[in-house]
Amino acid sequence: MSTSINLRVNGTTYPVTIDEGRNLVSVIRTEVGLTGTKEGCDDCECGACMVLLDGRPVNSCSYLAVQAQDRDITTIEGVMTGNELHPLQRNLLEEGGVQCGFCTPGMIMSATALLSSNASPTDEEIRIGLSGNLCRCTGYAKILAAVERSAAELRG
Amino acid sequence: MNFTIAATVKEALSALASGARPVAGGSDLVVSARHGKAPLPDQLIAIDRLRELQQIVVNADGSVRIGAGVTHAELEIHPLIGSTFSALADGSALVGSPATRHVGTLGGNVMNASPAMDTGAPLVVLGATAELQSIDGSGALATRLVPIGELWIGPGRTSAQPNELCVAIHLPARAGRSGSAYLRLEYRRAMEIAVVGAAASVSLAADGSLLAVSVALTAVGPKVFALGNMESLRGRPVDDALLREVASLAEEQATPISDLRAGASYRRHTVGVMARRAVGAAAERANGTTIAIPVNRAQGIGAAR
Repeated sequence: MSTSINLRVNGTTYPVTIDEGRNLVSVIRTEVGLTGTKEGCDDCECGACMVLLDGRPVNSCSYLAVQAQDRDITTIEGVMTGNELHPLQRNLLEEGGVQCGFCTPGMIMSATALLSSNASPTDEEIRIGLSGNLCRCTGYAKILAAVERSAAELRG
Repeated sequence: MNFTIAATVKEALSALASGARPVAGGSDLVVSARHGKAPLPDQLIAIDRLRELQQIVVNADGSVRIGAGVTHAELEIHPLIGSTFSALADGSALVGSPATRHVGTLGGNVMNASPAMDTGAPLVVLGATAELQSIDGSGALATRLVPIGELWIGPGRTSAQPNELCVAIHLPARAGRSGSAYLRLEYRRAMEIAVVGAAASVSLAADGSLLAVSVALTAVGPKVFALGNMESLRGRPVDDALLREVASLAEEQATPISDLRAGASYRRHTVGVMARRAVGAAAERANGTTIAIPVNRAQGIGAAR
């Protein structure tokens, strides 16, 4: 059965009419039209589809879009300030923490959630914070370095 | 599929009475539907916005009522759960990833009834009871308390009726000088399912001997279960000889299967190791040693750094 709901993505409300069984990632990508969020494994394993729901990380491949109505959804498109990259985006580029880039939006969403709840994470806490995100290119060390550097910058 | 968001528990119970199935975080339901294991139910009632299911209430006698909608992320960092009901915090902290723990709930984990569930063995050794509610055709509310070991009847199956909703888990007060711990064998540290696991709860006498001990095993049978024949352990100190006996009891009573995660003989051996270590960690905690949640990390289990 299809239903009409409002999805609030990055502060903008999008009215969408969708089948009630649709997962959130497909609705964000095809109905809302924001394709920064990636679908990887479709199995809650890889974290490429990570978005924030009321500030907390959620695998959008394994979450019903109808359950996200009236909540605040944040995607990778929502982390920049104007034309300025988020420190996590800039530091991932500068540290070489991006190769194919497919995992990067999900990594950034998990890291954003981590840094908003813990401004000074230890190395172990960063590893746990990113533990739901797989990267098959970089070997993680540069990603961890980028998160550490961003945490220091954001603390000022 | 027809989807509704419940505003009250009563509304959720009415929906169940008319054939709907509940969804909280959906981390089991949606994943298995997308895998083609089980299609989404025709009617879904969302229970994840019910604040009445999200409370942790500590009673005057030290017992605790944990709402079924409390998430693993909340249990993992809850000060009282960590200090007093540590095995449950150990198990909650190992579930999936941060994202899984934010949406996954204790009630969902319990009612999914996986023999590999990480909160199951902790709940068994802590003596948990599930509170199930339902309403009948005339609208009368019924509440039933089921000891956790009687709730699971097989892989993915519980003794709850389709119209019953798990609304809370009750944990009795802990004895003085007691401790608990849950350990699992894992091949990686996140998005992992227990290869095998064991929880233990102990309480100690003034001389350090065992007043009470219970152990439960994970992923070595059709459901999580309590280890039997433990009587001979009482009154004895927690030493190497006793821990070896715990391992033997676990190996004897395990009925593991071979699957892609591990062979049966490997599971049988390693569940003994987990049981022995769980009793050891529980006794250390009972003695006042602080072991950070989850105890898996302190023991160095999981992929090497």
